[in-house]
Amino acid sequence: MADVIKPSARLAREAPLPRRRAWRDLLVGASFILPNFAGFALFTLVPMLAAFALAFLDWDSYSTPEWVGTKNFQRMLGDENFHVALRNTLYYAAGHIPLTLVAALGLALVLDRKLRGVAFFRTAAFFPYVTSLVAVAIVWNMLFNPTAGPVNQVLVALGMDDPPRWVAGTDWAMPAVIVTSVWRDMGYYMVLYLAGLQTIPKEYYEAATVDGANAWQRFWGITLPSLRPTTFFVLVMLTIQSFKVLDLIVVMTDGGPGRSTKVLAQLIYEQGIREGRFGYSSAIALVLFLIVLTATLIQFRINERRNG
Amino acid sequence: MTTPRGAAVRKAAAYAGLTVVAALVLVPFGWMISSALKRDNQVLAIPVQWIPDELRWSNFADIWSRIPLLTYLGNSAFLAVAVTLLQVLSGSFAAYGFAKVRFPGRDALFVAYIATIAVPWQAYMVPQYIMMQKAGLTDTHLSIILLQAFGAFGVFLMRQYYLSIPDDLCEAARIDGLSEYGIYRRIMLPLSKPALASLALLTFVNTWNDYMGPFIYLTSNDLWTVQLGLRSFVGQHDAEYAMIMTGAVLSVLPIAVIFLLGQRYFIRGIATSGLKA
Repeated sequence: MADVIKPSARLAREAPLPRRRAWRDLLVGASFILPNFAGFALFTLVPMLAAFALAFLDWDSYSTPEWVGTKNFQRMLGDENFHVALRNTLYYAAGHIPLTLVAALGLALVLDRKLRGVAFFRTAAFFPYVTSLVAVAIVWNMLFNPTAGPVNQVLVALGMDDPPRWVAGTDWAMPAVIVTSVWRDMGYYMVLYLAGLQTIPKEYYEAATVDGANAWQRFWGITLPSLRPTTFFVLVMLTIQSFKVLDLIVVMTDGGPGRSTKVLAQLIYEQGIREGRFGYSSAIALVLFLIVLTATLIQFRINERRNG
Repeated sequence: MTTPRGAAVRKAAAYAGLTVVAALVLVPFGWMISSALKRDNQVLAIPVQWIPDELRWSNFADIWSRIPLLTYLGNSAFLAVAVTLLQVLSGSFAAYGFAKVRFPGRDALFVAYIATIAVPWQAYMVPQYIMMQKAGLTDTHLSIILLQAFGAFGVFLMRQYYLSIPDDLCEAARIDGLSEYGIYRRIMLPLSKPALASLALLTFVNTWNDYMGPFIYLTSNDLWTVQLGLRSFVGQHDAEYAMIMTGAVLSVLPIAVIFLLGQRYFIRGIATSGLKA
């Protein structure tokens, strides 16, 4: 028997049959992926798919789930809280996206030099991004204190008689949140822009300078067009990030004063986890997801058209 | 155009510009540290005192008895270390499967991983919460670890790096008789130290700074992270400005040290993946 098995086993090792090899590769591959995939599937994929189904259920923490079709979405149309949160989310995005983009690009342009010590300045510009949101929110809340905060003291010193009340007033709370978030995020996108700037050949600038282009013309004619892939990527990331804003708002203003900074993600949290309205909150979550998806797809289309 | 004097003037102007930018970015940190060394009633004094007349270092001794800061710091450290270890191990392991082992369905599965990165966590936090509640895991550290340790981000980051390592290297090792696991352990892991460092740093900092996860899941005070503890202290003692700032400084300090030591890997991780953890 042993003699019969031996040669065939050796043959198999040296030149495995294609099918057998495919099986083995599948097993080996699966064994590598499984530890991560099991956790990923259970704690990310399943909840994600469940969120879609939940949006069409009438289910709160005390009742049994019941299929209600689009009732949750109809309810949203008449829910004033939803309207306010949607408007505030758009307001935040309209401020956060362009301001962060400009600040990040500005930082990158200033810091893209071969100067001694520039590494220190880059580290400094990036540092707000690794600082915890809680510390950031606490510090900026005090900086924005309407009567004695440093921000308003500076504004008064500059001659402003009636400075904004910032986080203490309904009109200025959102701008205060936006300023804080721009300050925190600009260093992150600066890193992406710095990487983008490295890819522009120096010869372009030399040739333009020889042709008599000034710094302003070089920026519009060379730098900005060359950075288009980076800008596109930054825009997509910023859009997604803006529409899902949650922790900064929760820590800094908790949606207040009144409802002046309440955003969609916060409404999902309040409805779903605090109030236990699982179905309704998932419907809002689906709307949030669709908004983010649409914004991203539009950006991809615009980018394609420009490139093509 | 570039006389020595002109170059010197331009250099000086560049440094002046850099200093203004750095000052704008760093002023809130300076104010935080200076306030941490003041009396409560000096923090919001008019006019602003950037450097206090009297440095109250005692704030940094008093805070430990005001709030259970040591417990909070310990909880934060435990969660951050546990999540980072699991994320780095399982992520790099899976990334090897996606980058170097050929098997049917591999690329489709990888696309599924990547697609989930684009879905905001906020859109599925409620089903996650229901699941954890049904499993009886709310108010445990385990819930936070399970939810954060198996993200797609680590797989993505490590796969990008493994793709840059030539296949010939693995092929040569296979011919020498190393198994796939042997190649992962003896060749890929040592070669991918920079990427592992990036992933570990990003995961650690993100877990340490996370607010919403612990905020949703942890209700018992003795399980709280430093972020939750600090936020709750602000809610209860909102006039103790100096003590609040002392706590804020202490909560940021570990991250500052880690970031300064490993910022090379940190920034490379972001620049190569272009994504957030």
